[in-house]
Amino acid sequence: MKSNKKMGLVFFPAFDWAISPTHPEREERLLYTQDQVSEEGLLDIDGIIELRPSMADFSDIDRVHICVPQAQKVTTVSHLLSAGGAIAAADAVMTKKVDCAFALVRPPGHHAMRVVCGARGFCNVNMEAIMVEHIRHKYGRKRVAIVDTDCHHGDGTQDIYWHDPETLFISLHQDGRTLYPGTGFIPELGGTNAMGTTINIPLPPHTSEEGFIYVTENIILPILKDFQPDLIINSAGQDNHYADPITDMNFSAQGYAHLTSLLQPDIAVLEGGYSIEDALPYVNVGIILAMAGLSYEHVKEPDYDPVRIRQSNKTTDYIKEISEKILCLYGEAKCRRGLFIRERNSVTRERRIYYDTDDITEIQKEEITVCDKCAGTIVIDSRSDKGTICAVIIPRDACDSCTTEGRERFARLDRQKYDYVYLQDRVEDNYIREGRK
Amino acid sequence: MGSMIIGLDVGGTHTDAALISHGQVANHAKVRTDYKDLYSSVMGALDQVLDGVDVADLARIVFSTTLATNSVVQGKEDPAALIISAGPGLDPTNFLPTRDYYVVKGGIDHRGREIQPINPEEIRSIAREIHENYLTCLGVAGKFSTRNPTHELDIKKALGDGFQYIATGHTVSGNLNFPRRMITTYLNAAIYRTHKMFFDAVDRSLASRKITAPIYILKADGGTMGLHQSLDYSAQTILSGPAASVMGVLGLAHTEEEAVVLDIGGTTTDIAVLADGVPLLEPLGITLGPYKTLIRALFSKSVGIGGDSCVRINMGKVTIGPDRAGPAMAFGGPQPTPTDARVVMGLVKIGDHDRAVAGITGLAEILKVRVEYAAELIVNTTCRNIVNEVNAVIKQINSQPVYTIHEFLEGKVIRPRKIIIIGGPAPHLAPRLRELFRTATTVPEHYDVANAVGAGIARTTTEITLNVDTEREVLYCPEEQRRENVSSNFTKKDAIRVAFELLTKRARRMGALEEKIDMELVEDMEFNIVRNFYTTGKNIRIKAQVKPGITSKFFA
Repeated sequence: MKSNKKMGLVFFPAFDWAISPTHPEREERLLYTQDQVSEEGLLDIDGIIELRPSMADFSDIDRVHICVPQAQKVTTVSHLLSAGGAIAAADAVMTKKVDCAFALVRPPGHHAMRVVCGARGFCNVNMEAIMVEHIRHKYGRKRVAIVDTDCHHGDGTQDIYWHDPETLFISLHQDGRTLYPGTGFIPELGGTNAMGTTINIPLPPHTSEEGFIYVTENIILPILKDFQPDLIINSAGQDNHYADPITDMNFSAQGYAHLTSLLQPDIAVLEGGYSIEDALPYVNVGIILAMAGLSYEHVKEPDYDPVRIRQSNKTTDYIKEISEKILCLYGEAKCRRGLFIRERNSVTRERRIYYDTDDITEIQKEEITVCDKCAGTIVIDSRSDKGTICAVIIPRDACDSCTTEGRERFARLDRQKYDYVYLQDRVEDNYIREGRK
Repeated sequence: MGSMIIGLDVGGTHTDAALISHGQVANHAKVRTDYKDLYSSVMGALDQVLDGVDVADLARIVFSTTLATNSVVQGKEDPAALIISAGPGLDPTNFLPTRDYYVVKGGIDHRGREIQPINPEEIRSIAREIHENYLTCLGVAGKFSTRNPTHELDIKKALGDGFQYIATGHTVSGNLNFPRRMITTYLNAAIYRTHKMFFDAVDRSLASRKITAPIYILKADGGTMGLHQSLDYSAQTILSGPAASVMGVLGLAHTEEEAVVLDIGGTTTDIAVLADGVPLLEPLGITLGPYKTLIRALFSKSVGIGGDSCVRINMGKVTIGPDRAGPAMAFGGPQPTPTDARVVMGLVKIGDHDRAVAGITGLAEILKVRVEYAAELIVNTTCRNIVNEVNAVIKQINSQPVYTIHEFLEGKVIRPRKIIIIGGPAPHLAPRLRELFRTATTVPEHYDVANAVGAGIARTTTEITLNVDTEREVLYCPEEQRRENVSSNFTKKDAIRVAFELLTKRARRMGALEEKIDMELVEDMEFNIVRNFYTTGKNIRIKAQVKPGITSKFFA
């Protein structure tokens, strides 16, 4: 048997890592998936190859995150291996060893924001962002689209790419009014310099195959076509499944495989999904087959019944309604961006961020320079139990004026006021952290 | 009981036999392998080493044959039917080894729970059809049957008594991989008759020579099993040849290091790897022609470089193999070979020197060099090609995936400290190989019959898998077809104890005679089964094996 697309699979189930023994994010999360993948003989298919994960290093993390107090303190070996698994998948695709790749790794990362004081939503560092920035660092400038199909809003990835006009982030998830983290609403469209490159599709509880495929065909694919990405990344969370214990959706293995075949991601990275026995084994087999361009028509959960999980007509109508709204806002976003830039030199947002997994509260003030030439320099002021810090972020391919401004502002920072100050200089790939003098 | 051992290995070119007495190779024989009459080749070699031996002194006879391998490679296995119960998932017909297949109702999930029952009436009607097609051997394979064999056993029962042999999937291996299970089950059914007829004949001949010593068959994983037991595992005899060589090296060149074993034969060079003196295994099983199997085997890569490989000049460069057109020209072959080069260089005084010189001269003229220089170039290229292949093998092994943080950090990387070379050309190629590898090379004594010695001294080995699900309160060992209830507080310690008990019994049944069986855990994992954030049970997975190795008696 031969696959139609050459596909790489990084399988790193971390059988020796858990948040706690009965936590959803525990040792055996991928055990039954591994059983199913092994028993189906997927790795014997000509064209599907298994890749060994590499280990990410701290510079890969510092390229994306501002870790308080530092990367070494907020991560474990498993995080470096999970990020390294995503990087191994990316390298295989970028070097054309394979056409596409799936990193079946844990722990997950899409709730990890730019500043990391601890773990939130089971996530410490953002695997997709670390991978994408590794790709840009190693293989040059790329337009990247990240499509997050986890049931929870990918608020971490959204935060990291909020100001980045070269990264399109689309999240489809259960409506934030009914599920953690309570964000990801339609008007969240991206920051000043990147308006329209963040798209949120909040779906009502009990959305089934019909609804997911509808928004994929009517929102995601047209926006992708418009954005013209060099790479499509899928944050492949699997907790929209009808059997998932911590969400309320009605998606299925057939549905995930269908969505994957429409999306045609270059790289998929596993995110959440906690129905470890009844959903994950089948969803993952479906995704792997779809990515490899093989038939997935017989991949079904033992209790799969499309009629039983079908969404109501009311749900269908509601989804059509929000879809129109999203497309309309997406169309207007470009004009709005122009309005913003004319009015101000910098834009500030202040937020309180709660790290539910580690019970930490952070108060954050973020100031971005309005710029029409680059993503704009960012200055972040953050206070939490882990310390008071200030970080200056000079984006990739920053214009001369933003680069100069960023370096000057870092030089001028009052070191006495903060426990740590950071310079994330993406132009020079230089990351500095200084403690209080 | 006696103290002498006979090991016999049927190779592609020669059949070798060795008589081992008190830890020494007392006699050995080499006869040409006659594919059309393997039985005569085997008995011929056997009779040569038996010459002058009191058969009452024999402790055992061990056979490593290419019988099963040949019938599969040549597509001459008996036709056999295959009954498959797959449930949802990949379409099983993608992997089928036979046209006589039947996909039937029934399904089991990854925890061994029934998804869909089988239909005995459907099976009975298929049985009638198979009878009408005059097929007498068949296999029954189900997805996840290693987690619950009930469907395979019920199907076998429903098929009735009218068949000569029915192979079942759950007994071929405890490992997961349904396509490989289907194929391996099919092979066990398809090779059954050939294997049985051949060894019935050998058994009768030995009886007529008044030999009562137990007879063993070498498996591809370097362990042996009793002749009688081998009938249910005939596919495991496939590709036992490379295993024979590696076991021979373990006996003849004792090493505790990381080492590469090279068996340089006439047609191929087989590359195997020892880590801390223990041979590496194939992760899942042998691949043979179109078949990927669950047949446990020592890792061995066969490359088309041997003493009889065709030597050609291509764009001014010497190429070796990968084909063999016949014996060396010195032995009347049609094409110059590395063996002819060795003859020209005076490394060996065998065959017809003039014919060898004539062959190499032809090549030297194309290269416009002296004949001696061409011969040296051929030997050097042979060695360099072998070195490249070995480096590729090591690279491949070191890039294999790992599944736990612990394994990753341990990150064992193979860096061979020693190259052990056996096979006919070994002593002549060793000096050049030593220079190219910049590593110590060893050519052990009896390097030309190491394979036969290896068959003789290999231990009886076997392995078992144990799955315990304390939420469902069941313990299951597929290889032993054992399924029993356990209490919900059954622990991993209990599971390990049961695993060693079952393994000991199984090893005895397979023919292990040692007083103390050397066993080890290969895998011991324990996972929580959680329902609604509460632990409701444990999923315990144990794999245990008799350590592969050589019988201690060899060194006695």
